[in-house]
Amino acid sequence: MSTANRSFSQTIWDFFCSLKLTIALLISLALTSIIGTVLPQGQIPPEYVAQISQAKLQIYSKLGFFDMYHSWWFIALLYIFSINLTCCSIKRLPHVFKFISEPMLVLADSMRNSFALKQEITFATSSDAAREKLSQFLQESFSAPVVTEQDGEFHLFAQKSAWSRLGVYVVHLSILVIFIGAIIGSLFGYKAYVNIVEGTGITSVQERSGKEVPLGFEVFCSKFDVDFYTNGAPKEFRSILTVKENGQPVSGYQDIKIIVNKPLTYKGITFYQSSYGKAEEGGEHFFSVSYRSGGAPERFPLIAGAEKTFKNGTTLKLIETTEEISRFMPDYSGPAARIEVTRKGQAPATFIIFQKFPEISAQRGDEMTFSYEGSNAKMFTGLQVAKDPGVWTVWLGCTLMVVGIFIAFFMSHKRVWIVVSKGRARMYGNASKNQAAFSMQFETLSDKLKELKF
Amino acid sequence: MTSSMLFNVTTFAYLVSMLAFFAFLAGKNKNLGLAGSWIAFAGLAIQTAAIGLRWKESYDIGFGHAPLSNLYESVVFFSWTIILIYLLIDLKYKYRVIGAFVVPFALLGMAWAQLGLNTGIEPLVPALQSNWLLYHVITCFLGYAAFAVACGISIMYLIKAAHDESSSSSSGGVIAMFPSTRVLDDLNYRAIMIGFPLLTLGIITGAAWANYAWGTYWSWDPKETWSLIVWFVYAAFLHARITKGWVGKRAAWLSIIGFAATIFCYLGVNLFLSGLHSYGGGK
Repeated sequence: MSTANRSFSQTIWDFFCSLKLTIALLISLALTSIIGTVLPQGQIPPEYVAQISQAKLQIYSKLGFFDMYHSWWFIALLYIFSINLTCCSIKRLPHVFKFISEPMLVLADSMRNSFALKQEITFATSSDAAREKLSQFLQESFSAPVVTEQDGEFHLFAQKSAWSRLGVYVVHLSILVIFIGAIIGSLFGYKAYVNIVEGTGITSVQERSGKEVPLGFEVFCSKFDVDFYTNGAPKEFRSILTVKENGQPVSGYQDIKIIVNKPLTYKGITFYQSSYGKAEEGGEHFFSVSYRSGGAPERFPLIAGAEKTFKNGTTLKLIETTEEISRFMPDYSGPAARIEVTRKGQAPATFIIFQKFPEISAQRGDEMTFSYEGSNAKMFTGLQVAKDPGVWTVWLGCTLMVVGIFIAFFMSHKRVWIVVSKGRARMYGNASKNQAAFSMQFETLSDKLKELKF
Repeated sequence: MTSSMLFNVTTFAYLVSMLAFFAFLAGKNKNLGLAGSWIAFAGLAIQTAAIGLRWKESYDIGFGHAPLSNLYESVVFFSWTIILIYLLIDLKYKYRVIGAFVVPFALLGMAWAQLGLNTGIEPLVPALQSNWLLYHVITCFLGYAAFAVACGISIMYLIKAAHDESSSSSSGGVIAMFPSTRVLDDLNYRAIMIGFPLLTLGIITGAAWANYAWGTYWSWDPKETWSLIVWFVYAAFLHARITKGWVGKRAAWLSIIGFAATIFCYLGVNLFLSGLHSYGGGK
């Protein structure tokens, strides 16, 4: 019974220690990750729903394909991956520690033939004198040796960068640290956004799920500006923000300029410049009217929903406006207004006038040509808001990973033995990686050895 | 003299270099192989000057940014890094024939950039106005280039391995000039040993930048996800090498698949998927 139990737990343990599992997991993670780059994630756009069959939609949602990186099976893969690399490390680390802490000080006869790198010299002095000389040689040219006497022979053992064998385990650890950082972030942090209209402040932000999160302080936007390149692309947009506590500006957080790539952090919450626009509500809209019969154009303001009656009895009503028409009419761009014009004694006619395309109104050929000149509505700044207490843990993990990879790839554990017996000394060398580079180093060492005078 | 002219000269140099390598393979004349390498390195020098000049030109017209901001500039930089990594491997290991399998990647990039892409210098959108751009792009592309070299070596490995299996006597032929499968396997590993740390740094600098600019170091954006996929594939490659039954051919295939994923990460994501990396899209 107990042997059966042991063999079962042994099987489980072996399964999680297996490198084949590692490869299978890495390939599975790579393959499954593709799904989320092809299918829409999070909010599914209605166009997508319209183009796939109901059955597919159901299956995909059941399998969590529309939020696959948070689906139970993807998270499970990551957990198995973590267990796998933990088990692999636990299984191998004791050997590695033993290797480092209890180096092979004595090179047994049977071992000596297996070395590719070796060099032999002869000398005429006593073994003791040669041992002294060779110890000094190793100390000067390689690293300080440990001397052991056995069966009438002296074994000089010297090593370099033994700890470099730990590099790969540092990388394994770093992955776990990054995961821990990510978990901290998801438990205690949030991602949100907020729009602040110029001259106003906010005290809460909205998560992507729609949940309102109170900040515990106020963020006030005194000004927002955009610069453009000559080709019309935005060059820089910036908000001037002030943090207020109990209505009072916090010193050091007054009139801070934030731009894309230059955020503002207060009490662990960071505000990132992300978008901007004109506040749709409030403000006056400016129009002008010109008459085909001639005369100076007349400019007048209107607020949404208001009407204006002209001398000839025609009425104009402003129905709605938008700062960006291309969302509704992809062929056009810029601000536009929908107006209703009622000529005396006629039925009302509705049309859209564009700030950037005044010629369209003129082409209509009516007696009165209306044009839209935009509004004095205030700008709003769109900010991403993030609180992530796990981020420093993630950076710690990343640093460990870089250091670990560097050690694992570019440093090797180099060992040199010199076996001193009567009248001759034999030197052996071995490196944990990059034998080619070490063999050159060994050759130099051999040349120096041959030149030693006894 | 403009950078555009120099880029044309570069493209031509890589073409001549590739032809010299092919002639070297066909005729086994050592001088041709030497010429192939040296022409490629001359091309690299000219391309370096051209990239520098383009950088200066961007300041002259008032935009002032490193030439790493759009698809054209990134493809040119990719070609540059491929030849640079090839130069390093050639200097260190001196297997000239590898050039025949690596220079074509660089030529393909340059030819596509010069003939098929918009070469104009564009202003930098606000999201890219950061020093992180330089660190992120340079580390990523050096990594990609090392993977390109590894892919070329893996193709050689598969050709050589197939040849060794079919004919017992290794008598002559182009393939006889290839290094042995053992050497190719080792070089493949070495190229990936250069690429993997650089890709890791590229992903980390990207995450750091994203966190700095948007407040989230990882958002499963298609580009991020594909870079992670590439990372997984090469991590699998590195573990495969110490696993029985996965060495040799399977490792070579993993390296080729890894590079295919790299190319998709670099180009496919921009052409077929949507996301945060705005360059490309065939514009």
